[in-house]
Amino acid sequence: MNAPLPAQGLLAATPLAETSFSVPGMRCAGCISKLETGLPRTEGIVSARVNLTAKRVAIAHLPALTPPEMQAAIAGLGFEAQPLGQALASDAADDSRELLRAMAVAGFAAMNVMLLSVSVWSGATGATRELFHWLSAMIALPAVAYAGRPFFKSAWAALRSGHTNMDVPISIGVTLACALSLYETVTGGAHAYFDSAVMLLFFLLTGRWLDSVMRDRARDGVSALLRNTAPGALVSDAEGRTYWCAAAALQPGMVMHVATGERLAADGVVLDGASQFDRSLLTGESVPVPVALGALVHAGTLNLTAPVRVQVTAAGADTAIADIARLMEQAGQSKSRYVRIADRAARLYAPAVHTLALLSLVGWMIAGAGWHGSLLIAISVLIITCPCALGLAVPVAQIVAAGALMRAGVLVKDGSALERLADADAAVFDKTGTLTLGRPEPLNLDVLTPAQKSVALALAQSSRHPLSEALRRSLIASGITPATLTDITETPGTGVSARCGDANVALGRPETIAAGLACALTIGDAPPVMLDFADAMRPAAAAAVAQLAALGLPGSILSGDSVTGVAPVAAELGLPAQAAMLPQDKLEAIAALTANGAKVLMVGDGLNDGPALAAGYVSMAPASASDAGQNAADAVFLGDSLLPVATAVRVARATQRIVRQNFALAIGYNVIAVPLAIAGLVTPLIAALAMSGSSLLVIGNALRLRNAANAK
Amino acid sequence: MNGLVFLIPVALLLGLGGLAAFFWSLRTGQFDDLDGAAARILIEDEDAD
Repeated sequence: MNAPLPAQGLLAATPLAETSFSVPGMRCAGCISKLETGLPRTEGIVSARVNLTAKRVAIAHLPALTPPEMQAAIAGLGFEAQPLGQALASDAADDSRELLRAMAVAGFAAMNVMLLSVSVWSGATGATRELFHWLSAMIALPAVAYAGRPFFKSAWAALRSGHTNMDVPISIGVTLACALSLYETVTGGAHAYFDSAVMLLFFLLTGRWLDSVMRDRARDGVSALLRNTAPGALVSDAEGRTYWCAAAALQPGMVMHVATGERLAADGVVLDGASQFDRSLLTGESVPVPVALGALVHAGTLNLTAPVRVQVTAAGADTAIADIARLMEQAGQSKSRYVRIADRAARLYAPAVHTLALLSLVGWMIAGAGWHGSLLIAISVLIITCPCALGLAVPVAQIVAAGALMRAGVLVKDGSALERLADADAAVFDKTGTLTLGRPEPLNLDVLTPAQKSVALALAQSSRHPLSEALRRSLIASGITPATLTDITETPGTGVSARCGDANVALGRPETIAAGLACALTIGDAPPVMLDFADAMRPAAAAAVAQLAALGLPGSILSGDSVTGVAPVAAELGLPAQAAMLPQDKLEAIAALTANGAKVLMVGDGLNDGPALAAGYVSMAPASASDAGQNAADAVFLGDSLLPVATAVRVARATQRIVRQNFALAIGYNVIAVPLAIAGLVTPLIAALAMSGSSLLVIGNALRLRNAANAK
Repeated sequence: MNGLVFLIPVALLLGLGGLAAFFWSLRTGQFDDLDGAAARILIEDEDAD
C-alpha cells in the first residue's frame, strides 16, 4: 500500500473499484508477469494481481472503466477473459477453510496428547500418570469442543429431523470417551481415552476436508470455464447516441446494435438489416437460419453474417432462455434425493453399533461387573467402532480418483457425481456440440494450392467472422504462414478484400447461395474457389460410443436438429436417434427412460439440453458448452475428444470398487476389534493402534487409484 | 523427573506457536495461490522498486 506509485500518484485520492476476471488461458510465470506488468499500462488500471491456482486476475481500477474495456485490455495481452460475478469471486473456499482450521487444532491436540499417552503406556504410574492425564484433559477438551463442531452440528440436525447419519455415532463416541476419561482422571483411574478422541477427530476432519477441497477445486475449474452467453448489448437512445447496457438492465423497446459474431442479450424483433443467425444454443440446429426485417430472434443466438438492429421485446426473466432455466430447476430436484453411499452405510452401521454397546453394558451388568466396569466396556465398544476408517473410506478414494480424472481432462463436481457415474447403465447424447464440435470446420481445404492457402490465412486473420476463425484455426494447425497483404478492408456482410502484390484478393460471401455454409476465395481474375464448411464430428466419437457400449451403457441420440441433420451422424455412429426435439421433449424422453428403471448418463452441451442434463441420473458436458449446460452437468470434460466420457465412467467404477474394498477393510477391522472390546480387553493403547492402523490401510488402498485414468 | 517441569511447557508452547503461525498464514492468504507462489520465483524483477 505504501509503495510509491509515480504514474498514478495524482489519482490516489479517487477511490478505486476492483473487478475480478477469469482467465483460463494462463499457465506459467510468464503469463503472470505479462498480466501484472502489462495491465497497469492501460489507462485507468492501477494494478493487477494474478491468482494462478484459481486462474483469476483481480484488477484495481478507476470506477469509470467498464468490464468490456478491461476485457479488451486483457485480450490485447493475448488472453481470453470473462468477468466474474461478485458472489463467484469470493464465497468459494470458506467451508474448506473452516474445516482446515478445525483439522489443524485437532492435529495439534492429537500430537501432544499422544506424546503424553505414550509415556503413560510405557509405565508411568502414580502422581506422574495423574499429572499427564490432567494435562491431556486440558489439551483435549478445548480441542474437541472446537474441532468437533462440524460433527456435533450435523449430528444434532440429523437427530432433530428424526433420522441418523455417520455423525451421530461419531458425536456420541467422542462425547462419551471424553466424559469417561475426565471421570477416570478425576478419580485417578488407570485408563484415559483422550488420545483416541482427538485422533479420531483428526482423521475424520481430514476426510471431510478432502471432500470439501474436491468440491471447491472442481467449482473453481468450472467457473473459470463459464462463458457469459450475453453480458450485455450496445443500445442506442432516441437521439441516436449509443452506449453499453448490461443484460440485466435491458428493457423492452430498447434498440440493440448486434455486430457480426455477437450473441443477442435479449429476445427481440429485427428492425433493419438481413443476416444469418446460429440458433444452436437454443434449439440444437446446426444450420444457420436467415433472418430479415420483422423476424423474431431470441437471446443467446449468434449473429453470423451482417450487423442488424434489434428492438427488444423481452429481457431478463421473460426471455425464452429464462423459461428453459426454470424447467431446469424443476428437473434438478430429483437429483438432490440421491443418498451418498457413506450415508447409506451409516443407516445400517449406526443402529448396529449402538445396539452392540447397549448389549455389552447390559451383559456385563448381568454378569456382575458393576456400574463402573460395565460402562467402561460399553464406552470402549463405542470408541473402537467409531467409524474412523469408514469416514475416510469414501472421501480419500474419491479425491484421488478426481485428481486422476482432472489430469485426464474431466472435472467432476463432487463425490456424489462419481458414485452416480459408476451406476449409470444407459447413455443419451445430444448431437450439435456434443457428438459434433458445434463449430464450423472447413471440409475441402485440399482444393487450395499452398500459395492460395497462405493468402486465405492472411485474409481470414483480419476478420472476426466465425467462418474466418474456423479457416484460420485449421490453416495455422497445418503449418501455413500468412502472405503479406496491403489495403485490407472488411465490408460487413460481404467479406474481406485486400491487395497481394498486384492482384486483388478477397474472401467473402459466395455469389450463389449454397445449401450449407460456404465462402469464396478470389485471387486476381481467376474464378473464385468455393470453400465448404460443416460441423465436424468430435475426434474419437465413435471409439467413445463403442467403449461406453462395452461398459454396458448403450447409447442413443436426442437432438433438436432436423432429421436430415441428425441422420448422417446417427448412421456413422450406429446409434438410434430422435430428431427435432424441444427441450421439453428431451426432458420427457429422459423421464420415460428413468421410469423404465434406466440410470441415464446424459451428455449434452446446449441450453436446450439443460433440463435433460438436470433430469439425467448423472450428466456430463463439454467445456465448450453453454454456462447453463455446465452448471447443470455433474462433470465437465475438456478438449475436443469425446473419449474422456468413457474414461470417466471407467474411473468412477474403479473408484466404487475401491470404496467397497475400503468398507470391507473397515468392517473386517471391526469384526476383529469388537469382540476384544466386548470382552473388556481393549486398553487405550490397543484402541489407538487399531484406529491408526485401519486408517492407514484405507488411505493406502485408495492411493491405488492415482493412475486409474491412464489404464486402458 | 524435574526436567519435566520445564520440558512439558516448552513442548506445548512450541506446538501452540506452530498452530498460531499456521492460523496467521491462513488468514493472510498465504495458501490462496500455491501454484502462483511456485511460479512467481521465476519472474525476473525488471526494475528494483
